Amino acid sequence: MKKVLSFIRPHSALVLLSLLMAVVSVVLTLYVPVLTGRVIDEIVGPGAVQFERIARIMKVMVFIVLITAAAQWVMNVANNRIVCLVSSEVREQAFEKIEILPVSYLDAHSSGDLVSRVIADVDQFADGLLLGFTQFFTGVATILGTLVFMLVTNAGITLVVVLLTPVSLLAARFIAQKTYAMFRMQSEARGEQTALVDEMVANQKVVQAYGQEKNIQGRFDKMNERLRSYSLRAVFFSSITNPVTRFVNSLVYTGVGLTGALCVVRGVMSVGQLSAFLSYANQYTKPFNEISGVVTELQNALACAGRVFELLEAPAQTPDAEAAKELPDNPGSMSLEHVNFSYVPQKKLIQDFNLKVKAGQRVAIVGPTGCGKTTLINLLMRFYDVNSGAIKIEGTDIREVRRHDLRSTFGMVLQDTWLSGGTIRDNIAMGRPEAEEKEIIEAAKRAHAHSFIRRLPRGYDTVIGENGGSLSQGQKQLLCIARVMLCLPPMLILDEATSSIDIRTEARIQEAFHSMMQGRTSFIVAHRLSTIQNADVILVMQDGNVIEQGNHESLLKKGGAYARLYNSQFVLSQADNRADVFVRGKQD
Amino acid sequence: MWKLLKYMKGYKKEAFLAPAFKLLEALLELFVPLVMAAIIDVGIKNGDTGYIVNMCLLMAGLGLTGLVCSVTAQYFSAKAAVGFTARLRHELFAHIQSLSFSSMDKLGTSTLITRMTSDMNQVQSGVNLFLRLFLRSPFIVFGAMIMAFTVDVKAAFIFVVVIPVLCVIVFGIMLISIPVYKKVQERLDRVVRVTRENLQGVRVIRAFCREEEECRNFRDRNVALIRIQLLSGKISALLNPMTYIAINAALLVLLYVGAKRVDAGFLLQGSVVALVNYMSQILTELVKLANLIITVTKAIACGNRIASVLEVQPGMAGKPADGNQPDTQSREAGRNTDNARNEKSLADAGETESEVPAVAFENVRFGYDGAGADALSGISFTAKRGQTIGIIGGTGSGKTSLVSLIPRFYDVSGGCVKVNGMDVRAYPLDELRRKIGIVMQKAVLFQGSIRENLLWGNEDASDEDLKEAIRTAQAEDVVFGAKEGLDAYAGQEGRNFSGGQRQRLSIARALVRRPEILILDDSASALDFATDAKLRRAIAGLSRDMTVFIVSQRTSSIQHADKILVLEDGALAGIGTHEELLETCSIYREIYEFQFPKKEKKAAVGEVPS
Repeated sequence: MKKVLSFIRPHSALVLLSLLMAVVSVVLTLYVPVLTGRVIDEIVGPGAVQFERIARIMKVMVFIVLITAAAQWVMNVANNRIVCLVSSEVREQAFEKIEILPVSYLDAHSSGDLVSRVIADVDQFADGLLLGFTQFFTGVATILGTLVFMLVTNAGITLVVVLLTPVSLLAARFIAQKTYAMFRMQSEARGEQTALVDEMVANQKVVQAYGQEKNIQGRFDKMNERLRSYSLRAVFFSSITNPVTRFVNSLVYTGVGLTGALCVVRGVMSVGQLSAFLSYANQYTKPFNEISGVVTELQNALACAGRVFELLEAPAQTPDAEAAKELPDNPGSMSLEHVNFSYVPQKKLIQDFNLKVKAGQRVAIVGPTGCGKTTLINLLMRFYDVNSGAIKIEGTDIREVRRHDLRSTFGMVLQDTWLSGGTIRDNIAMGRPEAEEKEIIEAAKRAHAHSFIRRLPRGYDTVIGENGGSLSQGQKQLLCIARVMLCLPPMLILDEATSSIDIRTEARIQEAFHSMMQGRTSFIVAHRLSTIQNADVILVMQDGNVIEQGNHESLLKKGGAYARLYNSQFVLSQADNRADVFVRGKQD
Repeated sequence: MWKLLKYMKGYKKEAFLAPAFKLLEALLELFVPLVMAAIIDVGIKNGDTGYIVNMCLLMAGLGLTGLVCSVTAQYFSAKAAVGFTARLRHELFAHIQSLSFSSMDKLGTSTLITRMTSDMNQVQSGVNLFLRLFLRSPFIVFGAMIMAFTVDVKAAFIFVVVIPVLCVIVFGIMLISIPVYKKVQERLDRVVRVTRENLQGVRVIRAFCREEEECRNFRDRNVALIRIQLLSGKISALLNPMTYIAINAALLVLLYVGAKRVDAGFLLQGSVVALVNYMSQILTELVKLANLIITVTKAIACGNRIASVLEVQPGMAGKPADGNQPDTQSREAGRNTDNARNEKSLADAGETESEVPAVAFENVRFGYDGAGADALSGISFTAKRGQTIGIIGGTGSGKTSLVSLIPRFYDVSGGCVKVNGMDVRAYPLDELRRKIGIVMQKAVLFQGSIRENLLWGNEDASDEDLKEAIRTAQAEDVVFGAKEGLDAYAGQEGRNFSGGQRQRLSIARALVRRPEILILDDSASALDFATDAKLRRAIAGLSRDMTVFIVSQRTSSIQHADKILVLEDGALAGIGTHEELLETCSIYREIYEFQFPKKEKKAAVGEVPS
């Protein structure tokens, strides 16, 4: 709640305006029954109606009604504005938070659930807030206003009213407490379902290929049923509030009617006053009604806000050091010193990893799948921080450098190609939005993406759908390569950068890579040994450790794991080819 | 929106009872002013305390009955609304699952997800409120009018005038705001899209230091969203003040006319109070209605979005299920040839010349919806039962498109694809796909244990079957290296496994099925050569009847195939065995020689990578 208030505070001017208008419209709304009562009192009986006085009162009424309407409008607009601004700010902060959360957090949370927090929960929260604002203010103002008016008219009857209302409040409180838990459960069930929908819809092709629609539908239906029963409880119990408070209201109304009528009989009150009183009794209790409705709505909103704030409060990645060190202009040398790392403490991955890379060296990493190659890259890019030890660039620990500086010294092409929805041009220029058209095309040409881009219906302006849309995996990879070609950062990381590109194109891209890698320190992960045999250092990894280190020739001579790996690629090919390669390997 | 109402079916009773009880409660409420009028006109006038007390007890009684009715109504409406949405969610999810690949490509996943979630919620609260209050409000309004007639006919005519005016205001504002709200939802979609994109592309975004741009991008979309939300807020903000003015104008006229009638002796003072009461009841109802109208408008807009997804034809699935005449015929034709083939192969197993091919492409042309050029054209070839077909070609040359046509993920634009001699369009989809095991480029697993994931291939497979498939897929170390074995848990999309592990597990998943046709769409790309080679050998050692399609970038993966298709720009550039292609197909030769350089070319090629 406090956190919610901190979001509202910046808009206190609007809130004040809204409050002021609420008071104005309430006071005037309440004044109308007084006037109506007076008119009624003038309508005594046949031939005794004071038309002149009635006309005078009516003129005042017209005036008041118009002002009230204007005040209501201003209030509504102000409320709507507050809610929109607050929800957009919450959403924006949530999004900004996502951008600075550690990658490990995002890896551990399903994106469907996070999306549902940023979108659905904020929405619900805003809805609740809007209802809260529109009804809570006017409600409270109405209650106070009617109390004053009633006290002025008749203190005794007012007492009856005041004594009866707490019942309604208590009932509302009781129900609200019960429903909070149910709303929370509903929210959780919903999150779970969203995660399933997210996963299945995103990978529908696989689902369909395996004819698993029914199966998935079964799982979905189970969740759906659970959600249904939670929702039913939450919706029903929260909606009981209204009838209950309405019942209390009708008791209040009856009480006022009874005591009022008796007062009139005793001559303490006029019929007009009674009419005004009855309408007050209605107006006084209605806000309780609404407020209790609002309370349940707010409960729901707070439950949702809770989930959003959970996200907002998740620990962000350790901020960049205040006195961040600058990397030299063209960093090249790198060292990993006693690096230990694991994703989960129980499962050790990288242990006491040591490596020195001189400026301009090409480091290739090979090893069976799951040996920690990609993890190493996670560490270099500081997507994850090392558990102990240090990674240093030009002698500077990368944790002492600003992440932006660190990452912009690296150009990265991953196996997992990711493109943003937008034009081809935007995607290539991602790392350097200010790049000129000429440079973009040049980069695309060097990545051998130009020819296929040109054949697209709208060339560089073709909008590609979500995550690449109808581009093939290889085409996506070419775009990712063009992206790096445009930036020309001092160091390169290529993680299976060409795994989906055909051999012929790859051969040409290799050329471009090689010219790009001249003088640049680069890390290459690849399965095709042809792409790495020219590396200065080849690391053979297994289970998170480097088991062999050296260049192509020395490793082949050693006849260890690398040699086995290298030879295995020709196992099924003809003998003379194998011989060729061996000859070549030795001569190189 | 209205089309969705058919999903209310199972809840007809509730959907009827909820408003019915609500109306009962409203009816009781309408009697209250009459009772009050009686108190004033009879009790007070005669100073009859006993009468007053009795009447008040009656009012309390009305209140209590009202409570019972209204709680009942709430229960039924909650049940109907929640049940309705649950049903609708079920239908929508089922529908999305039945959509063809091309519809999915067109719709995009994130909008489908908003429709499944946020739109659904809006519909639920809309339906709930509708059942509870939307009927109640007009009833009170009209009821108040009728009651006014019982009090005094002439004064009641004011109600007749003011109610249409109110209707115009309420429905006018609703009509204006529905399209605006639709836009709100569209812009919300865009916000969702950016959010999803950012979650999926974190690494790339951070690598390129794009956080700030992305935030700006998000802010832009968010501002666009807010702008339209403010507009819709401004429109609905008009409702309250306008109804307030209309009602109070009516009240003034009512007082004036009432005064005249009382003056003339047609009416009592208490009756005027009753009339005023009815008027203020209308006002309070309308205020409530105004607050609800936003919710209901939203619900309608969201309902329409859901309905529009439901309207998308579930692609191709319909055809075979309909049992169209031509389909049945060709199906029978297919069976006949099936039988014929069986007889033949029984007759002389050695004779394969006239055997019906497992897969045949006949002059196939194919283009994606909305794409400029055809992805494939003029493709003809046959694959015999038990053969291994290699497919190689440049990036974007149509390899994936080609294999996607076999399980009929897409329909051809021209020509036809036959499986066992029968057009794929003649098969019921699940029968066709049950014959085929496909492993796609993007290997995904789903939340659940490895066993659950593998059982996708074949629900009846025993653990032994699974183990065998895992062995063949070279995934033993992945599964049995861990303590949990088959029970190891895969997170969403299997993200806790590496790319190569996922690939091998998805191959295992396809093998569990023991498919007639196995398609490996570049699905060993994340495997090292040794594993790749072992995998191929293991697959080759499987059933002799399995037809295998291998799409690959590596010549080594396909050079032992019985037939190799070389694709270039969506057309066949060569077809034949490895040796034949080396002779005849320059493109193939080029690919091959890059991987396995010949002595005389060594120098030339050697330059490339150094």
